Amino acid sequence: MATFDLKAGLESLLLVADQPLRLEKMVELTEVDKPDVKRALEELQAEYAERDGGILLEQVAGGYQLRTPVENAELIRKLAKVKATRFSRAALETLAIIAYRQPITRAEIEYLRGVDSGGVVKTLLDKRLVKILGKKDIPGRPLIYGTSRDFLEVFGLKDLADLPSLKEFSDLEPETLGVVEALEETLSPDQDSAPTSQADQLQEEPG
Amino acid sequence: MSLDIRLENFEGPLDLLLHLIRKNEMDICDIQIAEITGQYLAVIESMKSLNLDVAGEFVLMAATLIHIKSKMLLPAPEEEDLEEEEVDPRAELVRRLLEYQKYKQAASELDNRPLHGRDVFSRLQPPPVEEEEGGDLVDVGIFDLVEAFQALLKAAPKDNVHEIGIEHVSITERINYILQEVATRNSLAFNELFNEAPKRSEIVATFLAMLELVKMRTVRLMQNTRFGSIWIFPAVPAEELTASLDEEESFGYF
Repeated sequence: MATFDLKAGLESLLLVADQPLRLEKMVELTEVDKPDVKRALEELQAEYAERDGGILLEQVAGGYQLRTPVENAELIRKLAKVKATRFSRAALETLAIIAYRQPITRAEIEYLRGVDSGGVVKTLLDKRLVKILGKKDIPGRPLIYGTSRDFLEVFGLKDLADLPSLKEFSDLEPETLGVVEALEETLSPDQDSAPTSQADQLQEEPG
Repeated sequence: MSLDIRLENFEGPLDLLLHLIRKNEMDICDIQIAEITGQYLAVIESMKSLNLDVAGEFVLMAATLIHIKSKMLLPAPEEEDLEEEEVDPRAELVRRLLEYQKYKQAASELDNRPLHGRDVFSRLQPPPVEEEEGGDLVDVGIFDLVEAFQALLKAAPKDNVHEIGIEHVSITERINYILQEVATRNSLAFNELFNEAPKRSEIVATFLAMLELVKMRTVRLMQNTRFGSIWIFPAVPAEELTASLDEEESFGYF
């Protein structure tokens, strides 16, 4: 028989864990039946949401994790001494293609993007957002890539099925026009926050 | 129209083409190839100095456009190919553009998500315990060793090029040092071997010494977790460890 209150116990585990805790792991640790653990987690999640404070219980990368709400980002960046960097468009495009099309070879990525993507893929591998799944059984045995667990954690996704479904276009999307133009503005040389990502080779070229 | 377009702002030829088609308010399924090709080439030409890697891809697309344009100018063959379906030479390009747009949109959706480590945070550091005895030890792979070695080299100060000194550290010396430490302490953290901000040559010598000992099966390397710290354990009884201390020059290094 458990000597602790289940909900409180789970909350403590979640506080101390340094990565998302899987439901199965918590079942194993608490030695309590899965449905009970799940219900306790749901209650906790609702309590945090209700309280609307500085901690939220989120489902990410196949597990549960205590996270801070977006509103406190600025504050915590100061504590953690991190800058609000952005992924380069090249990195995001490549990540999106790998996420939706995995397993995928580099040649397939490059056909979809129309540009060489070796450097970007390497950067994504280094950042552990992408991993090598193996080799494709075609001539040349090219490597095939997929997204990693870190990818889910970084982008706050429960699992791959949690990715928003791809929009099918039969025509040009007018909204993205604004995106390009906004980008053209943010990339003008007088900006003071230069992009820092390594994948930015293209954009870092002085204009 | 003005061509105040900078190639660097585009992720590639597909991106640039999408932009041009939109700017001209063309129907993507009925691209006026002549017009678009003209504008595309003008953009490319206006780039005075092109990064060659980037240029190749843009030029390839230019060639594709010209190819499509020339195909469309030719009258459709009448006798042959009658059974073959009349394929619009632009079809493949249109398909690629729409496909590209799909992922471009997905990319911007990813970009809009709150990022862990930037917008939302969880525990910043793993709890300090671990490490100590008791954790499950796993074998150290060659890549873990190489990673640990590279981390050391990175931390080491760059050697001063002007100074020409005599090499003082020999691998034999380092082997003896490791053996002594392991014999007296029974376990030794890999990092401890490199405590006092050593020179690169010392790091290399110590690393080789350690590899040599592993090869001779005198010590074993283990770590708690992947990317955890690496520990050196004796693989033979302490007497044998110190016994090999005497055979000084027997390692083939000087």
